[in-house]
Amino acid sequence: MRLLLNKIVLLLSTVSALIGLAFLAWILFTLVGKGLSSLHFSLFLNDLIDGGLRNLIVGQFIMAGIASLIGIPLGMMAGIYLQEYGSGRYVRLIRDLSDIMMSAPSIVIGAFVYAIVVVPMHGTSGIAGSIALSIMMIPIVINTTDNMLSLVPRELREAGIALGASKYRVILDIIIKAAKVGIMTGLLLSFARIIGETAPLLFTSETSNYFSVDLTEAYPSLTVSIYALANDPTSSSRDLAWAASFILTMMVLMINLLGRYITRKKG
Amino acid sequence: MEKLFKTVSFMSATLVMILLASIFISLFNSAKPAIEEFGFGFIAGKEWGVEVPIENPVSTVVATTAEKKVEVKPAENDNSLESMLGGGNDDIPMRTIFGGFIPIVGTLLSTLIAMAFALPIAMGIAVFLAEIAPKQISNVVGIAIELLAAIPSIIFGMWGLFYFAPIVQSFVGGYQVSLLTAGLVLGVMILPFMAAITRDSMRTTPDVLKESAYALGATKFEVIKDIIFPYSKAGIIGSVILALGRALGETMAVAFLIGSVFSLPSSINSPTVSIPVAMANSFGEATGMKTSALFYLAFLLFIISFAVISIAKFYFLRKDK
Amino acid sequence: MPIMSIEDFSFTYASAPARSLSNINLPIQKNCITSLIGPSGCGKSTLLRSLNRMHDLYPNNEYEGKLMLLNQENNEMENILDIKRENEFIELRQRVGMIFQKPTPFPMSIFDNVAYGLRISGIKNKTELKDRVEDALKGSALFGEVSDRMNKSAMGLSGGQQQRLCIARAVALKPELLLFDEPTSALDPISTAAIEELIVELKKDISIAIVTHNMQQASRISDYTAFMYLGDLVEYGETEQIFLNPREKKTEDYITGRFG
Repeated sequence: MRLLLNKIVLLLSTVSALIGLAFLAWILFTLVGKGLSSLHFSLFLNDLIDGGLRNLIVGQFIMAGIASLIGIPLGMMAGIYLQEYGSGRYVRLIRDLSDIMMSAPSIVIGAFVYAIVVVPMHGTSGIAGSIALSIMMIPIVINTTDNMLSLVPRELREAGIALGASKYRVILDIIIKAAKVGIMTGLLLSFARIIGETAPLLFTSETSNYFSVDLTEAYPSLTVSIYALANDPTSSSRDLAWAASFILTMMVLMINLLGRYITRKKG
Repeated sequence: MEKLFKTVSFMSATLVMILLASIFISLFNSAKPAIEEFGFGFIAGKEWGVEVPIENPVSTVVATTAEKKVEVKPAENDNSLESMLGGGNDDIPMRTIFGGFIPIVGTLLSTLIAMAFALPIAMGIAVFLAEIAPKQISNVVGIAIELLAAIPSIIFGMWGLFYFAPIVQSFVGGYQVSLLTAGLVLGVMILPFMAAITRDSMRTTPDVLKESAYALGATKFEVIKDIIFPYSKAGIIGSVILALGRALGETMAVAFLIGSVFSLPSSINSPTVSIPVAMANSFGEATGMKTSALFYLAFLLFIISFAVISIAKFYFLRKDK
Repeated sequence: MPIMSIEDFSFTYASAPARSLSNINLPIQKNCITSLIGPSGCGKSTLLRSLNRMHDLYPNNEYEGKLMLLNQENNEMENILDIKRENEFIELRQRVGMIFQKPTPFPMSIFDNVAYGLRISGIKNKTELKDRVEDALKGSALFGEVSDRMNKSAMGLSGGQQQRLCIARAVALKPELLLFDEPTSALDPISTAAIEELIVELKKDISIAIVTHNMQQASRISDYTAFMYLGDLVEYGETEQIFLNPREKKTEDYITGRFG
């Protein structure tokens, strides 16, 4: 009886894992099937106004890139503060708040940026989109930096100080280097996370049919356009949405796998 | 230089607090007109974008919404034609009222369905990964599950609308866009997240404990039930609540499927709306009091998820000790 | 002649209710090896880590008394507890080096590890760097083993080699006093022998203080020995005297293995 119960539970649990994998396979097959059949090289050469995706892909990368330029230094410096400088209550408070911010609904971040950037600027813009994404990114980068620096042994810090290096040199030259692989992986994963975001961009950057380098106006976004195209009744728009989804998912998964690969290889 | 570096790092850390406070304050400020107008009654208010005469705000409810889909309740049908043609009685000053009850209920119900669907499967996957599968398989399946968690939520929404919902509909009937299909797709979306963090919690059980149970002749199931679950209980509950928080605030996976209709669902397979979806679909064209009401919803969502995450993090997942 | 003189020195950890060290008086003789022994928790590492003010990395620790360090330029003793400014700390730590229990190679190449202290102290000239790195590696009996892979990561070295690399890294700065905090406790016997040999070799140029829980090690390599117990200095003298003819009952009990 005990053994039978044991077998049943183990079987159920294995079945659950298979269900999980089946969903992954189903989604990927759908994406590859629909995506590849709609994918064409010209999509990368034309902008949305001419039926392509070029401006959207570039726009999404530019906004995620600017978000990284803002979010990575701020997040890393904050992580460094938590692990290397601060102590006691204040560190615990910031750590907790950062954890909360990491799990805040992304649409709320969008609403916040709408209130503080879009309204004063009288319109949606690439800047607003980038800021929304950077706010998403900061707590993730803090978390990564904080965790990875905590793995660096205390002796390494002391050894640096004992050679007469000042603390910031020890942090930049030794500690960050020692935690480099973990931090790099974390940064890649956080980039993968924000580049696939839609909700914070819906009313901050919106999207645009045209190629644009002017970050003060509505900015082309791959994800926001997918939402619009998928809701469009014409089948050509839907095909384009599938192609865009395929490209988006491949980008996200590639960056993810790259991050894991780095950890596996060096770590 | 040292001082400068330290100061910059301190300010970056403090920025988190400032950002969170600004989110709170700016949402509150933007919601203020709606908060002043509707008060706490907003939470129980079932009308969204409905014009009522100022003197008598409750009795003669006349419908038309600013939404794409016009929702007219059967009880008000006799008035609606007149109101659509004439825009209401010109003599009586009108105001538009907004209530959050429907999106709040929609959010809670879709989350509930998602949890009911995802919880048992996620537990099964976590047990499989942590205890049953050989290390190699566990690693490969683990990565696959984590990749599933990394797929952007908009993809879940599209796949759900075009491929998953029709199948669900063929089994249970009703609409393709409905509370049920939205909840299930939401469940599929939080499934890998929940499974991955639950697995991590289970893995904190010391091997010595498990080994001593096996040494007494316990079966794998008994070790899982009597050793691993009790030991990592707090972590597992915390993980589940974190997943709940994620489901509450999810926009895109739900936006394709819930229907974005401001009416209470008459059954599990009829369409309704959730807070994030209401925002996603109405924010762009909203003005005035409607924008403020949407901010009121955003504010409520922020508070709810703040509370949920705090409970998970501070009550169940305390990292230090 | 002492290079450092510890006078009425007491130390209290921020988190501790009472002093961890009380009223220590102890000289560290120049170009000699002074070993600090005692049961774990006796304060020997705490004392050693006071000598380059390592405790200042963590807030609210309290020093009392004096730690007088010889200024080789004018032959005067200066109290290192007076140090407050960042640049004075940096100078102190370049004069008083430290080797830790576990090897602490930095995540960079072998060459860069040894050059690190030199670079931050302002040496930029490439040939000078190269010469001093090689000298330090030769002085640490490591050069022969690593000369063909100077640009490889230091993480690939064995534990014993890593520890000698750390010694080379400290020696490259030409410190006056070198503090060893149980430098061989993480190493195998052969690597330990090599490190001990190296430490004895180093005392020609550098004064040395070493904390060890290994009494044979203390008797093998040190000239002077201090026995500590529960935060007090019980006995100090020439190593031979401490081990063969201890004055205090406690010292004798510890050395003959009756406790500890």
